[in-house]
Amino acid sequence: MAKRNPFSLFSGVKSLENRINKYLDALSESTLLFKAGMPLYLEHGAASDIFQDKLKQLIKHESTADQLRRDIETELYIDALIPDSRTDVLQLIEQLDKIINMEEFTLKAFNNETPEFPVEYHDNILALTEQVTLSIEACVLAARSFFRDVTAVQDHIHKVMFFEKEADIIDAKLKKDIFASSLPLERKIHLREFVVRLDNLANEAEDVADALAIYTIKRAS
Amino acid sequence: MEIIVLVFLSSGLFLGWSLGANDAANVFGTAVGSRMIKFSTAALVCSVFVILGAVISGAGAAHTLGKLGAINAIGGSFVAAFAAAATVMWMTKLGLPVSTSQAVVGAIIGWNIFTGSVTDMNALTKILLTWVACPILGGVFAALLYKLTVALINKSKVHILSLDNYTRIGLLAAGAFGSYALGANNIANVMGVFISSSPFVDLRVGDLFTLTSIQQLFLLGGLAIAVGVYTYSKGVMMTVGGGILPLTPVGAWVVVLAQSIVLFLFASADLEHLLASAGLPTIPLVPVSSSQAVVGAVIGIGMLKGGKGIKWTVLGRISSGWVSTPIISALISFMMLFFLQNIFQQTVYKPIHFQMTQEVLAQAEKKGLDTTGLHELQDKLYTSATLLQKALQKQSKLDYTAQIKLLDLSEIIHYQINPKKFKTLTEDFFSPGQIAAVKALANKSYDRAWKLSNALEEQSPEWKLKKATTVNKLFNKHLKHQIAIIMQTFEIEVDMQDQVLKHDTKEITLSALTIFN
Repeated sequence: MAKRNPFSLFSGVKSLENRINKYLDALSESTLLFKAGMPLYLEHGAASDIFQDKLKQLIKHESTADQLRRDIETELYIDALIPDSRTDVLQLIEQLDKIINMEEFTLKAFNNETPEFPVEYHDNILALTEQVTLSIEACVLAARSFFRDVTAVQDHIHKVMFFEKEADIIDAKLKKDIFASSLPLERKIHLREFVVRLDNLANEAEDVADALAIYTIKRAS
Repeated sequence: MEIIVLVFLSSGLFLGWSLGANDAANVFGTAVGSRMIKFSTAALVCSVFVILGAVISGAGAAHTLGKLGAINAIGGSFVAAFAAAATVMWMTKLGLPVSTSQAVVGAIIGWNIFTGSVTDMNALTKILLTWVACPILGGVFAALLYKLTVALINKSKVHILSLDNYTRIGLLAAGAFGSYALGANNIANVMGVFISSSPFVDLRVGDLFTLTSIQQLFLLGGLAIAVGVYTYSKGVMMTVGGGILPLTPVGAWVVVLAQSIVLFLFASADLEHLLASAGLPTIPLVPVSSSQAVVGAVIGIGMLKGGKGIKWTVLGRISSGWVSTPIISALISFMMLFFLQNIFQQTVYKPIHFQMTQEVLAQAEKKGLDTTGLHELQDKLYTSATLLQKALQKQSKLDYTAQIKLLDLSEIIHYQINPKKFKTLTEDFFSPGQIAAVKALANKSYDRAWKLSNALEEQSPEWKLKKATTVNKLFNKHLKHQIAIIMQTFEIEVDMQDQVLKHDTKEITLSALTIFN
């Protein structure tokens, strides 16, 4: 934990604000790395340096985010800050952390299990990745607004919901196409598993957005 | 110092303790209830500032009136302070925020009833008005302020943590100022009675400062308040800060601010004077109580949010606490006076006598009072205000205000302008002209307060009250305070027993006779 000047009324709060911002930055950057990693995987394969590089960066971001999360949680408790919203903020940070973990876990799974998506599915996989990452980015914006401008939270939540629905449509289409193909069943199941993992990221973003809607009502009241 | 003075002093300290236990909730209740400030922090800040307020502002001028209302014997003051303290302690035990000054008024009414003194009905009307006006004003201001604050927060887009920090600082600052005012405004109620019997001597700390005996006495009272805050105030704080309505930190701050604004706008004679002097319309002054303003402010925020979160049962308990406080206090006071006087043989009041002499009637006519039919009562000696009032009601058609005026004119109080006491008239409180006027009356005696006032007026126009206008209100208030200090300084005790026995004893009631025996 960073050292605080005990004689300053504001330095502790400012540094915690910075840490929360950095945490949200880490989530946002992880999402961008995830988004960048998927076409590299599809095009160059898991063994390519360029994909490995993105994976390493994502793992590093996840680790940084974990440390920031621990610091934020400890400081919120020790200084007994925001008594009325502390539980909500802690839950929000935990839920967002789940998204970073899932991003890391999913990209690692691609690296370890190397599912082979036939070329005809690539566009839809990339489209699904696009919708999923858009929903997460909207979720990060909603979280940022929750800390500074509660009136704007709803606008971002609305977008999370929209992108999640779009992701569901692509997810359904991909599953249908995979199971309609002549691929062996074990491969169909393997590919379906990865489609589900990708879509779950959007579902998680939706869960965070739902919780944020409640936290916002509590904060605004 | 006599042991009995120490015993009497204990009830002042008890009242201080009760005040701290109950009234600390007005300044820190919402902060502690909303968990923004820890109770230990609130208690420390509150205690320090209460003591500072009591010692610096409360005893700043050595001219504090050493009387609790009209109570004229230390035994009576002991009972009144004890009755008020016991009532407030009871309410504190129930976790209810009540007004300590209303408990004191109740205790004084108990003393008035016991001694046959007339209670100024205005004091009762004021309490009734406070119960209604204060919560409404507090509520309206809190609702408006809350809307404004929320709009400002939304506009400024301040981070939740910075907002938390600002709110915390705001609550702490408001609490510190509130505590200072609490100490400064209430210490006279707690300790004022004991000024004349203060066991302390002035204490000089190097060349730095001198702690006067009054300051030491008030420090003791401040400490009693602080002990009350530390030991017993948490329950009431939780009622104010969360029992009526769960408050957000911003809501908690708005409540404290709304309470301060209501007190400043509607109870500040200084503000009224400032507005009147500038030719601006004034805000009518209404009796306010911080306990009642705080509760009103919390309800105001609750109503703004649709009223769903308000716990009406808690509010009902608080309201019944407000109504019962002066009543219980009066009852305890009355019963204790009875026991103290009849069982412990203590003097709980000095009998006050009333006599309408030719001079009094002439003065009454000068003041515009109709004295038709009153000559029948001339020169009769009455041993209590109620006896004379009854006689007035029987003999004339004077209204209540006129009766009270006539009672004041008839009250026998003896003054002797003793030159030995001139040294207490310091220029920090009296003008040189005023002091010269008092000195010119050296060795003269008076048997009515108005006679002394008139004599002072004749000596110097600086003792003359100005015309009763809003602009002059503050001047007249200060002058009345100065006159009261002069009267307190030069009042002497004269045994009225002989004079009473010479008069028609039919006018003396049984209770009055027991006092003389």
